[in-house]
Amino acid sequence: MKFLGLVIAFITGVFLVYAAVDFPDWADPESPASTHVSPHFIEKTMEETSVPNIVTAVLADYRTFDTMFEATVIFSAAVVCFFVLRTFLKKEEREERLYRHVLTGVTIRVKEGGRIPPSDDFERIDDSWIPHDLIIKTICRLMVPFIQIFALYVVAHGHHSPGGGFQGGVILGASVIVLAMSHDLRTTLQRMREKVVGILCAVGVLLYAGTGALCLLLGMNFLDYSALAPILGVGPVTARSHGILIVEIGVAIAVMTAMVWIYNNVSSRGNYNEGL
Amino acid sequence: MTDFAQLVVAKYNYWIYITLMMIGLYAIISKNNLVKKILGMNIFQTAIILFYVSIGAKKGATIPILEHGHGPAHGAGSHVVHAADYMNPLPHVLMLTAIVVGVATLGVALALALKVYRHYHTLEEDEILAQIRKK
Amino acid sequence: MSTQYPALVVVVPLLSAFLISAAGWANKRLCFPIAVVALAISTYSCFGLLVRVLNEGVVVYRWAGWDPPWGIAYYVDHLNALVLTVVAVVSLINLVATKKSIDEEFPDKLGPFYSLYVLMVTGCLGIVATGDAFNLYVLLEISALTGYGLLAMGSKGRAPLSTLNYLYMGTIGACFYLLGIGYLYIVTGSLNMVDIAGILPSLYQSKAVMAAFIICMVGVWLKMALFPLHAWLPNAYTYAPSAASSLIAPLATKVMIYVMIRLILTVFTPEFAFTTLSVSNAVVWLAVIAIVVGAVLALQERSLKKMLTYVIVAEVGYMVGGAWLGNSAGMTGAILHIVNDALMTLCVFLAVGNIVYKAKGHCFEDLQGLFRKMPFTMGGFVIGALSIIGVPPTCGFFSKWYLISGAIKAGQYHFMAALLFSSLVCVVLFFRIIEIGYYEPFSEEHGHGHGHHQEPSMEEAPLSMVVPLLIVAAGLVVVGLYTGDIVEHIIRFAIPKGLA
Repeated sequence: MKFLGLVIAFITGVFLVYAAVDFPDWADPESPASTHVSPHFIEKTMEETSVPNIVTAVLADYRTFDTMFEATVIFSAAVVCFFVLRTFLKKEEREERLYRHVLTGVTIRVKEGGRIPPSDDFERIDDSWIPHDLIIKTICRLMVPFIQIFALYVVAHGHHSPGGGFQGGVILGASVIVLAMSHDLRTTLQRMREKVVGILCAVGVLLYAGTGALCLLLGMNFLDYSALAPILGVGPVTARSHGILIVEIGVAIAVMTAMVWIYNNVSSRGNYNEGL
Repeated sequence: MTDFAQLVVAKYNYWIYITLMMIGLYAIISKNNLVKKILGMNIFQTAIILFYVSIGAKKGATIPILEHGHGPAHGAGSHVVHAADYMNPLPHVLMLTAIVVGVATLGVALALALKVYRHYHTLEEDEILAQIRKK
Repeated sequence: MSTQYPALVVVVPLLSAFLISAAGWANKRLCFPIAVVALAISTYSCFGLLVRVLNEGVVVYRWAGWDPPWGIAYYVDHLNALVLTVVAVVSLINLVATKKSIDEEFPDKLGPFYSLYVLMVTGCLGIVATGDAFNLYVLLEISALTGYGLLAMGSKGRAPLSTLNYLYMGTIGACFYLLGIGYLYIVTGSLNMVDIAGILPSLYQSKAVMAAFIICMVGVWLKMALFPLHAWLPNAYTYAPSAASSLIAPLATKVMIYVMIRLILTVFTPEFAFTTLSVSNAVVWLAVIAIVVGAVLALQERSLKKMLTYVIVAEVGYMVGGAWLGNSAGMTGAILHIVNDALMTLCVFLAVGNIVYKAKGHCFEDLQGLFRKMPFTMGGFVIGALSIIGVPPTCGFFSKWYLISGAIKAGQYHFMAALLFSSLVCVVLFFRIIEIGYYEPFSEEHGHGHGHHQEPSMEEAPLSMVVPLLIVAAGLVVVGLYTGDIVEHIIRFAIPKGLA
């Protein structure tokens, strides 16, 4: 099998190299890719959409239909992970759990089906718990709000600097995952319940597709933001800029919740009991 | 000979990325471990993304964000924009989508590998096939 | 509203998928009605679009209001509209028919299942309707990812493993397609299919264009399971839940055949594909080997579902060979076979779904005496089998007729021989099944009541599963009888004048 793989990879590589001899040189300003369609984007984006970041304008306005399906891809990946992995264990069937007495450090193991009376002296710990995690827990807990503010900045400034919905959404998701990794999965599940995460993911992409449907209902083509001009009370060009912002917010919500949802399912192997 | 050397040097980005792609392709086909195959798939996709982004480079151009975007005049016609000053934005846009697709595929592949592990207790393909044949 | 039909076809199922996912957390019983309504609206829009195309010609829809090639546009012509209608009708019938089996297999995950189902259909509809090459890649990935999710929840252990293998091969295929599009973008600078077709003729001698064509073709062949890249298909479809396999088996490979035909006819015109590049003989030989291998491997199987998946591999060989014959009869046969094969595969897989629902198994031993116990299901299965064999007046006969006449006209007699050989093998396959189904198990019946003759009662599948199957079986005959109209009014316009 290894020899076959080598042969296939070698033949494909030689074929690709042979075909690439015809390509334009690297960074050639006269190449067809740089002279056919993109000059229109670079030159006309300010007067047609009033967004200086050309990549955001192309992503969320000229080729916004593609981006809507990109958000759908991340949504469907989260739904697939949930569908494939999630097992709903009844309360009595739970596996054995570990508890630690906070004052003395004694660890007790409770078998399946057993219970301990609820009390503040015992904290639940994971199978892979290590002592001396005070520094990590404190630092991560302090970092999370700053990460989230930065993420909101990235989303809001997608028009003027590199950024946008996907980037900001991933950073927001990372803030929740850092909390889950430094503490444990139950901490984040208490703050963002599974139902909330699932519904918000759908709400985020619904915001994107709903904006498009609104444009459709107002008479223009789907996702033609200039149809929103009468609602927002601005001219058609500024309406495009605002439309881009609305869909970027929808994308950020969808990506954040999708990342958190995938992490929850994959790290706990579907039973939402113990994470990494 | 100098013609050939010039060919290699002028288009070096294509050669590097094609090599990376073939490393990834070799990994998917030949490796035994399921997670190594997933990593090979990721290398293959990343190499294609880098290949596309290298198409957008332009000599003497800057990043595709307009300078003086919302300047003091803030009206059409205040600044004339030349396409030669800015890089090609289209490959960047396309690859944003491709990166997201790659991440989504990675997530689904890992979820499936978890399910396989839960049932067969191993991730090596030959051991799994042996278990199946025994049944 | 009729100007927005192209948008409604794709957007309504997309929105409903998100609504189903959100509603699934609140109340599970809302999921099925939302899905049915959405697919019904989409099917209605597809028919409306077909009527518009028949009256006006090519329909162009500019998304977000931008003109192509700067924005994304849908170009719906006769080929598109026909395949769109087939995809929508197949998915709607399958949704209604498999409701009971979904309720039984995934009682607590109805929301995600229906959401993934509708997203898969959206992906397939979008692949067929789009006119932008990169948009096709994104929709390809949507239908692939949702397909992996749907196929993975079958029998424990084997289903995730087979789906993981499908994932590896499918991702390589999609990445090859993306690479081919990249090569095209480097030499033309555009992503719009019509625009690329306008720029390419001056570049036909370039090595990059030839490479782009071959890479795109290899990627598409990987995803449609053409021999020797077919190894993922039998396992992935056999171990899947029956609702998922009866959705994905008719649709996934046929949509990729549409993509191949679209690349040949519109992007790289037939002169390039058949004349400038002289690989068509090799490809027809490959298709011949695919048909023979599929037929022979199907003979060895003891499981009904796996046997049918090998029949799919052979059918893909028909369509690829027909398209690459290089004349209009062969191309007509290939396009007609997309329609017919989708319906035939749906019919037999729905029948298998009914059998699995009642008899809880799909090996040959579970099929004994089924003609007495499930007469309607087996009746529908027999009609589907006759269509796969190619018996008039079912539709399978007519598409085989076009393929054979195309093969004779092109002088590719080996292709004609393969078609006839596979028909004979299918006769053997299906008559074996019918024989097992007719004769009940010998031992118990005669041991018991020697005096009173015990009639095995009819344990037919529920009405909601049988009626759609009979509708599809009747549809096979109706489509067969109307073949002349379909070819005359629709397919004839889909083939460019240059093809002989």
